[in-house]
Amino acid sequence: MSLEFGREAPLPAIADRGGPAQKLLTANGLRKWFRLSGGLVGTRSVVRAVDDLSLSVAKGETVGIVGESGCGKSTAARLMAGITPSDAGEIVFDGETFWAPGMKITAERRRAIQMVFQDSASSLNPRMTITETLAFGPRAHGVPTSEARAYARDLLAAVGLPPARFAERYPIQLSGGQRQRVNIARAIAMRPRLLVLDEPVSALDKSVEAQVLNLLVRMRDELGLSYIFISHDLNVVRYISDRVVVMYLGQVVEEAAADDLFSAPRHPYTRALFASKPSFDPRNRIKVAPLLGDPPDPVNPPSGCRFRTRCPIAETLCAAKMPILADVPDAPEGHRAACWAQVPGSGHSRAPRVSGALQ
Amino acid sequence: MLFYVLRRVLYAVPIAIGVTFIVFSLVHIAPGDPISALLPNEATQEMVEQARREFGLDKPLPVQYGVWLASAATGNLGTSIGSGRPVSEEVAGAVWNTVILAISAGLVACVAGFILGMVAGLWRDRPVDHMVSLFTISGVSLPHYWLAILLVIVFAVNLNWLPPLGIGPDNSDGWRPDWPHLRHLILPTIATAAIPMAVIARTMRASVVDVLDQEFVTTLRAKGLLPRRVLWHVIRNALPTTLAVMGLQLGNMLGGSVLVETVFAWPGTGFLLASAIFQRDLPLLQGTMLVLSMFFVILNLVVDLIQSWTDPRIRRA
Amino acid sequence: MHGTMAPTAAEAELPAETPVRHHSYLSVVFLRFIRQPIPMAAAVILLVIALAAIGADVIAPHDPYQTRVARRLAQIGTADRWLGGDELGRDVLSRLIYGGRISLTMAIVPVAIGLFVGGFLGILAGYAGGRVNMAIMRGMDVFYAFPSILLAVAIAGALGPGLENGIIALALVFIPPIARMAESVTTQVREYEFVIAARLSGASTFRILREHILANVAGPILVFASSQVSVSIIAASGLSFLGLGVAPPQADWGLMLSALRQAIYSNPWVAALPGAMIFICSMCFNLVSDGIRRSMEVRR
Repeated sequence: MSLEFGREAPLPAIADRGGPAQKLLTANGLRKWFRLSGGLVGTRSVVRAVDDLSLSVAKGETVGIVGESGCGKSTAARLMAGITPSDAGEIVFDGETFWAPGMKITAERRRAIQMVFQDSASSLNPRMTITETLAFGPRAHGVPTSEARAYARDLLAAVGLPPARFAERYPIQLSGGQRQRVNIARAIAMRPRLLVLDEPVSALDKSVEAQVLNLLVRMRDELGLSYIFISHDLNVVRYISDRVVVMYLGQVVEEAAADDLFSAPRHPYTRALFASKPSFDPRNRIKVAPLLGDPPDPVNPPSGCRFRTRCPIAETLCAAKMPILADVPDAPEGHRAACWAQVPGSGHSRAPRVSGALQ
Repeated sequence: MLFYVLRRVLYAVPIAIGVTFIVFSLVHIAPGDPISALLPNEATQEMVEQARREFGLDKPLPVQYGVWLASAATGNLGTSIGSGRPVSEEVAGAVWNTVILAISAGLVACVAGFILGMVAGLWRDRPVDHMVSLFTISGVSLPHYWLAILLVIVFAVNLNWLPPLGIGPDNSDGWRPDWPHLRHLILPTIATAAIPMAVIARTMRASVVDVLDQEFVTTLRAKGLLPRRVLWHVIRNALPTTLAVMGLQLGNMLGGSVLVETVFAWPGTGFLLASAIFQRDLPLLQGTMLVLSMFFVILNLVVDLIQSWTDPRIRRA
Repeated sequence: MHGTMAPTAAEAELPAETPVRHHSYLSVVFLRFIRQPIPMAAAVILLVIALAAIGADVIAPHDPYQTRVARRLAQIGTADRWLGGDELGRDVLSRLIYGGRISLTMAIVPVAIGLFVGGFLGILAGYAGGRVNMAIMRGMDVFYAFPSILLAVAIAGALGPGLENGIIALALVFIPPIARMAESVTTQVREYEFVIAARLSGASTFRILREHILANVAGPILVFASSQVSVSIIAASGLSFLGLGVAPPQADWGLMLSALRQAIYSNPWVAALPGAMIFICSMCFNLVSDGIRRSMEVRR
């Protein structure tokens, strides 16, 4: 990583193995169910936070994940970063198995995927100066303390916090935007190749948000990183993402290239999500709420398609069978949706006809 | 809700078993071999052999535990070295006396503590509150056995209003609800109730202050609800925590009874325990401990369930 | 790359080169503690008692073991028995001063043991979670099922009299509550994002515990442990009162209280003095620990 101070980073870069065509990250079938207390053993209810999540990130790509609160975005983030052990599935990084059930991720391999959290009171250790916080990771990998501290100062400069003023500060002496820069610096200190960002700008004021986003874009371009960017803010996701994934109740319901998704969403949930964005134009008043009802209980998701209870075009088929994520016809490559109305010949009244087949 | 009750009861079982195991091991952590701990010094060889068979002392530890537990369950807690009588008999005689003391002290502590705490909370930062705070701070740091001695000094020795010792006049062996016996009950009750009363008052005050500070009280007042109705709401919300503390203190009173009963020569289980210790009478020590701790485990369970019954938040969990 | 970012709005607020001085957390807490009059007074009292106990050889007016028949149960204010004489004529004042050694030791050491053992177990259980947590905490729960004084009395009673046995018995009483507190705090801190970030960096568990977790849980655990000392001194002296601590003729407040009981008819106030020492110390420990808690509470 060239930070252009004439100083080499003490941690070595993580080498590229698979070449440009190899996907950087492939997550298959990740699952996380939480057991709730209550009832006798064996009858406890289960929250299906994430169900059969499969996602891939190409090298240099930014994948955005959107969805309502409680749809499992944060849990998905932690599963993919390998910090929360998944109940099932596997994670492949640059062609090698990063994690499989029962496997422990080594310290060295951990460096490759880092996370940036939402700015909160607990994102930085209140008892450590930010230099100490930044030096912690490298020191854990054997970098001598003095070198790690010098490296920390370089990182601070790189994220726009002049070390002369900021190095010995405690988190409480920083503003929200400054703390997020430190969070970002902490993540890139390990010289990762993939960054998972969980609502990194949601707690910031709009003006600060823009600056931090710009920093993120710059980091990505100069360091050759890939991002998984999670947010509930559609505008932000559109700005920064190459591809976008829409989650609902623990599952992926649609994914596509960013511009494609935002201009032509196919899944009824995605459509409703975008329609609920208030417009700045007072003539475009939303008179009817696009989404009906409350989000259903993640403990007892509806049978079949989980969205059917709020879906304007739901049919009996939707209750019977859970739709699988499949390529959408007449859409650019890579646009997939989990909706029977998009699958030719599914039996849904709005499904397109199977070309050439008898009805 | 039923699930919660069942779960709680089931959870208490391994705890109870663990408790019995600890009580069982008391004899074995005593210095010297268990035989000398279980039998008087002048035991004959025959008695030693019999004890060895009865307690299974030559068998491995888990078996001994099983034997002991089984006989305890059937009411056989061994024989007291000091008196030669069965331990269960000794304990049965003493339990009732301790229960009386515990009930009377519990009533005083709970009622007085509740009222004091509520008054202090409602009239926060006024002189009443400061006085109660003073009382609670000192009450919590008070050694109850010292308080007992002070009470005897003031009321029995100096003023000669109340008797200094015993459960009743003329070496009475049991408590009866008559005036002479009541006089004997007063000082032990105060000594036992003082600390719990202070703790309950402090908790109650904190709960009341907490509730009063919450926004919904301001809303109630803004709605024009009569002060008495507001009070009712305050009490209802402050109750669960205070009930929990009361239950805890009841347990502490059981424990502290060892010392207070010694000072007053009150023939309860605490006094029994103390004399068992003094005489190195380990079977009696073990038996008394078993009964007391089982009682405490059940008490904890009941308190837990009552608390969850009054606090709807827990019920739904 | 650096220097090309325009200063953020927040950065622009600060004058160009504010030297940001920062006091260490410990010194802030200490300064805040000192400013509270009542806890400070209590701390001073405790210090005086402790120093007097340590320097008893110099300070005490008489030999605490010297009996004198003529001074048996002497009244307070007697010429060579300023606070009276005990049942064997020994100087009560000297015995109170010397008594501090054993009474305070028996009060503090068990809590210290509880802090280290209980703290260790609790942090371990809190950080490890899962089965380890359940095993440790269930074990603690069993001890918790006893009222503390009862447990101490029973264990000390089984072990037999003696200072070490008393300390062991009390330590076993204080380990569970401190472990519980430690587990609860650690479980909370474990979920903080900076801990997760530390785990992501691949650091070893030991390093994370030492550098991130410990500093953040030590505060509440210490406050709780300090609040236990006031309970400990009552329990410890209670054990001595029952004859389960040191043996006569050693000077110890609980033992003195028990021995002087026979004197309540002839010299009641002398009989009450050892208990007053216990009370004063307990109250002062309470006030000090309250003060520590308050000086740690406010967010900086």
